[in-house]
Amino acid sequence: MDNSNLPSYLEYKGKYKGIFAWIFSTDHKRIGLLYLYSIMAMFLVAALLGLLMKTELIAPGKTIMEAKAYNAVFTLHGITMIFLVVVPGIPAILGNFFLPIMIGAKDVFYPRLNLLSWWLYIIGAIVAISSQFMGTGSPDTGWTFYAPYSFKTQSNILPALIGAFILGFSSILTGLNFIVTMHRMRAPGMKWLKMPLFPWTLYGTAWIQLLATPVVGITLLMVVAEKVLNIGFFDPTLGGDPILYQHLFWIYSHPAVYIMILPAMGVISEVIPTFAKKEIFGYNAIVLSTMLIAFVGYFVWGHHMFTAGMSETSLFAFSFLTFIVAIPSAIKIFNWLATLYKGSIMLRTPMYWAVSFLFVFMIGGLTGMVLGALATNVHLHDTAFVVAHFHFIVFGGLGFAFFAGIHYWFPKIFGRMYDEAWANTGWIIFFMGFLTLYFPMFLLGIQGMPRRYYDYVPEFHSTNIISSFGAFIMIAGLIVIIINLFRSAKKGEKAPKSPWGGKTLEWTIPSPPPLENFEEIPEIK
Amino acid sequence: MEDSEHKIVSFKTYGLVLIALIIFTLFSVYVTRLDLGNFSIAAALTIAGLKSILVFSIFMHLFYDKKMYALMVLGVLVVMTIVLIITFLDYGY
Repeated sequence: MDNSNLPSYLEYKGKYKGIFAWIFSTDHKRIGLLYLYSIMAMFLVAALLGLLMKTELIAPGKTIMEAKAYNAVFTLHGITMIFLVVVPGIPAILGNFFLPIMIGAKDVFYPRLNLLSWWLYIIGAIVAISSQFMGTGSPDTGWTFYAPYSFKTQSNILPALIGAFILGFSSILTGLNFIVTMHRMRAPGMKWLKMPLFPWTLYGTAWIQLLATPVVGITLLMVVAEKVLNIGFFDPTLGGDPILYQHLFWIYSHPAVYIMILPAMGVISEVIPTFAKKEIFGYNAIVLSTMLIAFVGYFVWGHHMFTAGMSETSLFAFSFLTFIVAIPSAIKIFNWLATLYKGSIMLRTPMYWAVSFLFVFMIGGLTGMVLGALATNVHLHDTAFVVAHFHFIVFGGLGFAFFAGIHYWFPKIFGRMYDEAWANTGWIIFFMGFLTLYFPMFLLGIQGMPRRYYDYVPEFHSTNIISSFGAFIMIAGLIVIIINLFRSAKKGEKAPKSPWGGKTLEWTIPSPPPLENFEEIPEIK
Repeated sequence: MEDSEHKIVSFKTYGLVLIALIIFTLFSVYVTRLDLGNFSIAAALTIAGLKSILVFSIFMHLFYDKKMYALMVLGVLVVMTIVLIITFLDYGY
């Protein structure tokens, strides 16, 4: 299966030239890179907004912006990070690039639909961001668009809602494409329980994308209908129910957390065995726990609403189910730890990210249990504690796993190695900045500091200073990481086929891969 | 495509399904007049579910296709049913 003589997907000359060879390409690898660049651009914008928020919070009272501007900034930060970065995140970038290769296929099942998904992403992003620059002022509802405020606010909320709706389509089509690809295009001999774990997590994720996303799409359209046509879905004065909005919103948005975290777990399940030089411990248990997380994850949304005024039966049911979902997550953690046990561990950049993922994800998971318990939730609801927990899970989970994945697969994607000394320096600065930024927010939350406020009482000042400094440290680490990767993509040393000794199919083909990955579809023994 | 053989469903079957769908629609209008308390939405959803099964099975050929696809749709329906039941825990109880 020597296909090293074929031109790589980066060099291949197709029907179109220049930028059109990218934006009209149906090659899953080029589409993966389109997502990489567009999502990274959105991430940098949203990270900058986060930095502005932390700068505002460095002292009580007005520091750099007024309360209204702060509301707009945290709303745009949330909408951008959630809908444009973390939900598409790993599946759209690493999934698109590696899913077909890892299952021994030449592309996804519907390559044109795949390109359409990226175009929908771009259109949705433009519509959502346009809400900032036209009409009656930037949206100020937060990324959750809670009714009844979302249809009473005078701010320009409609484009943001419609943008999120279009982005939902992009997500659904990607999920559908991945499911069909895995059912129909696995290489001969690759039975379900021989499939690598990253595709398995993409499979679980794809089902969530397919089933949960339409719920939020319809819900956002209901808000639009309520705002434009005065139909009473959620407004009590029109006979609607605001709690129903929260139910419908979280029926999607909690599973969305698993859209974010499951592929992250898949990346970690690839990185750890490669750098421990061992087979993954408990493959079947990890597969089962992936599907269990995807399944049970549908039924826990109510823990976002413990203080909203639900019935007692619901409170108990949701609290119980929330504790249940911790079990499959813990199964994964124990399996990763067992894989490390007596392994021949190579501490390279992807492994640093993977082990720091374990650390921050466990803190995020355990503080999730604090929020899942009814008694403590009442006190911590809508405080900085929730923001800290959420960032430990989503940024600490998905973000760290994404950086683990991009450092792991970078040689395969670009065919070049990166400077590991700079990559490790970036990681340690980022890691320290992350902890300094978010850990104090747990303390602030326990002390009672509410989230989404641009001002606070003087008692919270010193802890906020530490947290804000953490934000600057973390951004410094991010700059080091990004500059190093960009520079290395052009000037790094040429990468071999398998620089880390990985065992999955992507390491059997040249770096970077040729257009259709395999000259002959491999047979799995 | 491995399963290129397509079942041709007769007009008679389609006609019967159409009649069944119309009867179910009339029935769903009728049940809105009954006072079923907490179960009024459950009744409406059950009728809608039965109509969906007919459409999935006959019009969308699920009945004649590989059982795997029926299993996948069934899984989706199970998830959605549980979601609805849990949601209504907040309203009925």
